[in-house]
This record gives sequence, C-alpha cells and structure tokens, in this order.
Amino acid sequence: MIFFDRVSKVYPDSSVALENVTFSIEPKEFVSVVGQSGAGKTTLLKMFLAEEKPTEGTVFYESTDVHKLKKQDINDFRRKIGMIFQDFRLLPDRTVYENIAFTMEAAGRPEDEIDSDVPHVLELVDLASKAWNFPKELSGGEKQRVAIARALVNQPDIIIADEPTGNLDPVNTADIVHILKKINDLGTTVILTTHNKGIIDSLGKRVIVMDRGKIIRDDKEGKYFI
Amino acid sequence: MFWTNLKRIIRTGIYNFRRNTTVSLASVLIMTVTLLVIGFLLFGSAVLNTSLAELRNKVDVNVTFISTAEEADILALKHSLESLPEVSLVSYVSRDQALEDFKARHANDQSILAALDELNSNPLGAILNVKAKDPSQYQGVADFLSSKNILSKAGVPIVDHVNFYQNKTAIDKLSRIIDASHRLGFGIALAFTIISLLIALNTLRLTIYMAKDEIAVMRLVGASTAYIQGPFIVVGIIYGMVAGLLTLVILLPITYWLGGVTENFFIGLNLFSYYIKHLFEIFLIIVGSGVLLGAVSSLFAIRRYLKV
Repeated sequence: MIFFDRVSKVYPDSSVALENVTFSIEPKEFVSVVGQSGAGKTTLLKMFLAEEKPTEGTVFYESTDVHKLKKQDINDFRRKIGMIFQDFRLLPDRTVYENIAFTMEAAGRPEDEIDSDVPHVLELVDLASKAWNFPKELSGGEKQRVAIARALVNQPDIIIADEPTGNLDPVNTADIVHILKKINDLGTTVILTTHNKGIIDSLGKRVIVMDRGKIIRDDKEGKYFI
Repeated sequence: MFWTNLKRIIRTGIYNFRRNTTVSLASVLIMTVTLLVIGFLLFGSAVLNTSLAELRNKVDVNVTFISTAEEADILALKHSLESLPEVSLVSYVSRDQALEDFKARHANDQSILAALDELNSNPLGAILNVKAKDPSQYQGVADFLSSKNILSKAGVPIVDHVNFYQNKTAIDKLSRIIDASHRLGFGIALAFTIISLLIALNTLRLTIYMAKDEIAVMRLVGASTAYIQGPFIVVGIIYGMVAGLLTLVILLPITYWLGGVTENFFIGLNLFSYYIKHLFEIFLIIVGSGVLLGAVSSLFAIRRYLKV
C-alpha cells in the first residue's frame, strides 16, 4: 500500500534528514515510528504527504509515485489521508462543527452528507455537546479529539498521527490511543509517530525505529527501544 | 458543484470578516484611507480641470477692424474663422456695440466721454472676438488672420490690429502653465495612488500572513487552491465595499465644509454640489476601486502561502 524505495533527503545546508530509507506498509496495519527528535520521523511523513520532495528514491502509494502527482491529484490524494498533529492545527475562527465540515467541503461532499456525518463523527469522539464551541474554548484533549474527528470524517484509507499525544496528560493520552486503536480495528491503516514509551509498549504493534535519518529496527510486535 | 462551492466560499468569507473583528476593522480603516486619497484625487482633478477650463475661457483674441470696414466683409471673415478646426467660438461686436461698451466702461470718466462727444462720429471699429479650443492654438488663428489681412477694400486692409501679438507672451505662458499643471496633477495622482495601493496590499498581506498556518492545514486536508483562496478574496471584497461606503460617508461632511471655500477660490466650483451631482459616478469609482483593490491584493498576498 505504501512503499518507500531507497528514499534520501538532504537539505541545502547538507544536513541529512533521511538516508536510503526502504520499507513498506500494508493495508490495515498499525505502524508506530519512533526515534529521538531529529531522527527523521516528521520528514518521513512529509515525504509521504508530498509536502517535500526526496533528494533520491521514490515514495509509492499503491502503484502511484506521489511526487509525480499533479496539483489537483495531490489534493485528491491528501483527501484519502487523515492527518492528526501534535499542535492540533484546528482552524481557530471556526467552530468544532465547522472545522470538521471544512474537510468534507474541501472534498466536495454535498450538504446533506455533511449534515449527517459531522454529528455522527462528533458522537464517535464524544464531543457532540461542544459542536458550536471554538477551539480556544476546548481543553487539549478535546482539541485533539476534534482533530481526530476531522481526520476521520472523510473515511480515509490512512490516518497519520504525528506525535498526537505530545501535548496531552496521561488520561487524555490513553483516550487518544484508544480511539486510534479503534479506528485501526475498523480497518483503517494508522501511522503513528511518538516519543511515548508507554504507548508503544501497550500497543504491541509494528514499530519502526529511526536514528539520524536511517531505519535501525523494524519489529512486527515491537517495544520502545532506542 | 460550482454553485455549492461558491456559496460555501462566500459564506466562509462573511463569517471570517465578522469573526476577526479587530483585523477587519484595521483593514477597513487602512483601505478607507487609501480610498479617501483616491476620492481627494478625484476632487483635486475636478478643481484643477474647472480652474484650467476657466482660465482657458478667459483667453481670447480680438480682431479690431478699421472704422470704415463693411459689416458684410467682417461677417464673411467671421464665417471663415468659424470654419477653422482650432476655433471654438467667434462673436461679433458691431461698431455701435463697441461704442456702447466703451461708454459703459468709462461711465465714471467724464473727460473721456466729453472727448467722445466732440468727435461727433464713432471712432471705434467693429470687433471679432475669437476663442480657440486651446490657448496653444491662438498662433494658428493669428497666422490665418495675417494671411487674410489682404482682405481689403480698394487696397486698404480692413483689419486694424489683432491683439494676439500684444498678449502672445501671456498666452504662451498660460499654455505652458496649463500643460505643466496637467502633468504635475497626473504625477501626483499616480504617486499617491501607488503609495496607497502598496499600503493596502501590505495590510492585506499581514492579515493573510496571520492565517498562514490555517492555509497550510487547509492544504493538508486536500482543499483546492480556489477553495482556499476564495474566502480570503471574499473578505478582501467585503473590506473594499465597507471601506468604500465609509469613504463616501466621510466625504460628505468634508466636501460640505470645503464647498464654500472652493466656490470662492475656484471660480464657482462648489465641491459639495459637485459631489452630490456626481455621487453615482464617484460611488462606482470609490467602491469599485475598493472591491478591486481588496480582491487583487488578497489574490497576490495569498499566493506565496499556497505552495505546500
């Protein structure tokens, strides 16, 4: 489903963010990518989302080289992926409802689908009562649940969660991980980057360990180990 | 889908305008200043044009005929002058009328009136008063008259004198002043317009810079360029419309206050009356400039943040 073929990324200042990275991810997998800050986890995700181009190598989604997609095709491709960020990145001037509806509108979904799907996905993350609140009126955990709802609402093939629990307390962290597992159980591929040892150890899923731009371990049922 | 997207873009633009009260207010005020400059330039141009037109009107050339010249010959010359492309108006002052005018001008000067009475006849010749379309064209009219000077009765020229040659220096100077005023007015208008456009563009760039993270998120959820740009352009248009209307309201008391002053100083042009009379055109220019400025500035300002 996703295949990184000998991908390297060297920035103009000669710093190496990725070096000859090769791995694949199958549909419905739950893969955690761990590593210290600067190990190349975020660059890896940016490569996949076509936010940045690799210096060498190719990134495939199914049989498509994502860096050869045209602008409109990149938009269509990104709609198949749900993104969750550490800093939530909600649209501050829109309500919870509007933040989620925006993703559906951007995908060109009709109003009646938006009217039925947004409340449904808000129920799923237990935020139905906060539908008309603005992000600044929510706690960190609630904001992250909105971000998850936004990522989920277009029923993506893949959810990418980049350090989603980095700003959360242990209770909210457990909540978010529980939701991500549930999403994966329902058949969506999940790629999670994290520093949190507890999360990795409790998941018992595949773990890719990165260090200085290289993959140094790739375990089917790994533990947090650097 | 197009209409659904358009509806969503307009709705989002209106929400963004209403929700970012401080940013909207600041942007509207800056744009109002820009549009006020454009408004003042419009009025400045009206004042300049009226003054220059009035000055042009004051310039004329008098062709004075000898007292024995036949009226029919003078009228024939008048007809020839009227057919010249550079001439806008020729008026005939008969000898009797010239005498009346002379007497009226010197009504308080008894010695001149007494001297006139002693002559027993009218010493004044008839006059053709010639107005050219532009002061620079009087030379052409004068040249025409010199060639027509041969028009005579029994070898005696009927034209006594043409006052163009006495007024030539003043007329030339006025032509140059009018030309220079036009060029200067255009230069100042251009400079002010560019400065105010840059200020408005930078203000909108700043508001869009503040939203750059949001734009990146929109990109990452797969929103198309048009769908991201649209609401910002709508907000820019709303800024322009509101600023345009505000400018029209602000101009009311300003022109009212300036109306009397300009009426006395600039040959009867009352700015307030001019404003009311041309309200519809000024509305179109000011609000149209605002809308265009808002839309184009937003379009340019957002482009650099759409590269993700």
